[in-house]
Amino acid sequence: MEVNPHNSMAHGAHADEHAHGHSHDHHGHDHDHDHEDNFWSKYIFSTDHKMIAKQYLNVAIFMGFLAMFMSLIFRMQLAWPDAKLPFLEDVIGKWGKDGKLDPGFYLALVTIHGTIMVFFVLTAGLSGTFSNLLIPLQLGARDMASGFLNALSFWFFALSSIIMLFSLGIETGPASGGWTVYPPLSALPQAIPGSGLGMTLWLVSMVFFIASSLLGSINYISTIINLRTKGMAMTRMPLTIWAFFITAILGVLSFPVLLAAALLLVFDRSFGTSFYLSDIFIDGAPLDHAGGSPILYQHLFWFLGHPEVYIVLLPALGLASEVISVNSRKPIFGYKAMIGSMLVIAFLSFIVWGHHMFVTGMNPFLGSVFVFTTLLVAIPSAVKVFNYITTLWRGNIQFTPQMLFGIGLVSTFITGGLTGIILGDSALDINVHDTYFVVAHFHIVMGSSAIFGMFAGVYHWFPKMYGRLMNKKLGYIHFWLTLIGLYGTFFPMHFLGLAGVPRRYYANTAYDGFANLININHVVTVFAIIGGLAQFIFLFNFYYSIKNGKKSSQNPWKSNTLEWTTPIEHLHGNWPGAIPEVHRWPYDYGKPGAKEDFICQTVPFSETPESNTPHDH
Amino acid sequence: MNILLILAVVFGTLVLVRLANVAALASKLSGENEEAEQESANRWNSIGMIAFLIIGLSVMVYIMNLYLPLTLPKAASEHGEAIDGLMKINWTVLFITFFITQILLFFFAYKYRYNKNRRSFYFHDNNKLEAIWTIIPTIVLAALITTGMSEWNEITKKSASMKGIVVQIYAKQFDFTARYAGKDNKLGSSFFRSITDTNPLGIDSSDAATADDLIAKELVLPKGVEVQLMINSRDVIHSVYLPHFRVQMNAVPGMTTRFAFKPTKTTAEMQKETGNPKFEFIMLCNKICGVAHYNMKMPVRVVEPAEYEEWLKTQSAVFPKEEAAAAATPAPADSAATSMSK
Repeated sequence: MEVNPHNSMAHGAHADEHAHGHSHDHHGHDHDHDHEDNFWSKYIFSTDHKMIAKQYLNVAIFMGFLAMFMSLIFRMQLAWPDAKLPFLEDVIGKWGKDGKLDPGFYLALVTIHGTIMVFFVLTAGLSGTFSNLLIPLQLGARDMASGFLNALSFWFFALSSIIMLFSLGIETGPASGGWTVYPPLSALPQAIPGSGLGMTLWLVSMVFFIASSLLGSINYISTIINLRTKGMAMTRMPLTIWAFFITAILGVLSFPVLLAAALLLVFDRSFGTSFYLSDIFIDGAPLDHAGGSPILYQHLFWFLGHPEVYIVLLPALGLASEVISVNSRKPIFGYKAMIGSMLVIAFLSFIVWGHHMFVTGMNPFLGSVFVFTTLLVAIPSAVKVFNYITTLWRGNIQFTPQMLFGIGLVSTFITGGLTGIILGDSALDINVHDTYFVVAHFHIVMGSSAIFGMFAGVYHWFPKMYGRLMNKKLGYIHFWLTLIGLYGTFFPMHFLGLAGVPRRYYANTAYDGFANLININHVVTVFAIIGGLAQFIFLFNFYYSIKNGKKSSQNPWKSNTLEWTTPIEHLHGNWPGAIPEVHRWPYDYGKPGAKEDFICQTVPFSETPESNTPHDH
Repeated sequence: MNILLILAVVFGTLVLVRLANVAALASKLSGENEEAEQESANRWNSIGMIAFLIIGLSVMVYIMNLYLPLTLPKAASEHGEAIDGLMKINWTVLFITFFITQILLFFFAYKYRYNKNRRSFYFHDNNKLEAIWTIIPTIVLAALITTGMSEWNEITKKSASMKGIVVQIYAKQFDFTARYAGKDNKLGSSFFRSITDTNPLGIDSSDAATADDLIAKELVLPKGVEVQLMINSRDVIHSVYLPHFRVQMNAVPGMTTRFAFKPTKTTAEMQKETGNPKFEFIMLCNKICGVAHYNMKMPVRVVEPAEYEEWLKTQSAVFPKEEAAAAATPAPADSAATSMSK
């Protein structure tokens, strides 16, 4: 792998400068012209954070579409279980023989859809893209603390994606025990074919994924702590950066636990241990390994698994905060409360994992404890929602596509968050646990909100990534179809759950009482297809605009933050001259008395006597 | 089929390219009229916001009327009725919150669309407001937490009490077996290494408590009597889910889980109540357990206690008498101790 020595040296120098608080004035970017980029160093093995962000985004878009295709296939199976879908055999080969989806492959699709969406799209795609793009740009740093580690992080991610994709093509099929891969099912190839080689590849892929995530997170944290430009106090950081910061800390603390869970599972599968196995009789013979506990795995898994929800959600909320404030032309309401509530959510996320385990036979007293901690999460979440709404109140709203997605995010965050109160209440959870009610809940609160945040981010920072604007009209169509598609898909799904339909069923034929629910499944699938098709508008808009979009001005959204002070054309080190200095918080929109309705962070108070308030110094 | 698909994709892309080009051309023709374009976008999208709110909420109410009758009927167990009651309280609170917040969100989005002659209200902090929307949710949640926790304690206390008719639910890929504890209300011990073709539950025939145990492929329960489910699995995790009774508990290999409940309605009464003469209770597996997961189930019937006693008499013993002596391959003494927590 090629590492650009000029860059790394330059970074070292910046770090020093920042540490000593020297001025940045003499920092001409002298290494701009003394190296040449070839295709490989520019697009593939780049250590430039902006390029790495784009790499992440492009891989995530690819993975996202793949996972979406999978969901459409199994949604069609659920809506038309008796129909023959002739194209299936063309698309998935032997798993769709004669147009009938194989029940085992159905489970594989469900499993890989979840894995890709949660980890590859919403974790790596969201944090990887926007933490990489925005942390140096919004903080006034020339690059990440370590460009090399950053590139390594992406390449671990790419490797992990390739292994996961490879597992789709093997003889016994990919992992198919659900995205949570609970043992003993995932530990015993005798129990399900997908727990053979497919599961091994899943685990290997996740090990690389975790390594990638940790490298990324450590880099984000050190950059945010060390490389802020002069004047960029923590309390002047945009909420995006706060969100990425807290997310990275969550990742560093929780992903190692998933790694531990995965390694123990590898041992159980391959090296004859029995951490998770006990009293098992399978395939006509008792299993020699005994004395473990499958519940141990669940504790370890959800110790990551729940913070993971916020690893996915917080960056989206951070992006939405920025987008909503900019497009409301109004400061975000309750900046400090927003930071505080994110910190509280992050803290609580470590002590609520047991709410995924109310009916596993976990000690009932523990259940009560987890009810208490879980429902507390609703308080900081409510604060965030009310703050978003108050930001809109008496704003001056520019309806750009990113603003629409920002508003959509708040809506889904409310809807999905509220049903979470039912699921977090152990007594109520008994009857909806593992039903479609859960599926509906997390697709709205986590899936939709996070993907809306991601879309908001893409539309907003596309000019920063590619120097051009995405087409707005297509953006509007994309938003409305997506919003309608997702509510149409996931709102009716709650009723399936309330009717007692278990998730991960290949067909609802087991019980006659489910027969009259087929209409709901039709509705759900039709809206899923509408929502899915709408994404092609985005796909087209994205790649079309890279080459043919309207050229962007330097600050197309009239934004205050530092990334819009860099030139449109990308260059290593971000700013051609000195790094700008920061004099105020990022949310001076619509300030009374000001000449314009925004004042960039780089403008000192001495230049704005007309709008200064008594607190501004 | 393939050609059609490819044609559709190509055609769709061409249409999009055309649309984008037209849009780009149009904006060029209108000169530097970006502002006017944004103004029109603001108008249409803000109208979209209020339209989505009104139409969305109406459709929601319509769908609820349509689909709620398809959801589970009223609970058929004692604790289930309490859960239903609690659910109602929760839904009330959630719906009020839902309506208030969504209406504010979309209405503000509609009302405060951009106007170049207006400045937004520079309003970034207000401790009183922050306090209000911290304290009110806290109070409401305190109420929900307390009621939820106390109901949970009620339910789990019963499971810990070990009262009621003991029935073992034994799960394996891909079926359930019920074992009734018989007159002594005690299950004979079992051990996974004792499992054979003729003894699929690995039951210890030398255990005195085994003698009166009965095996059934259907779960029949007496109305109005507490039942104590003792749940085991021999391969992977399954879940015993009885939606009509609001009962769910995982079956975990290596441990015994429990759930106690009291059925309050017979199958016949449910048929009358739901107006569906074919209504049956059901037990489903609700934890992904393998390829045939979706077919793993057990029929459930609730009958009057007298009928239950009659039914019980017709069920077969674990070891029919003549076989009992022959099948007695006593499990090692130490293994019996680890088998079932009693």
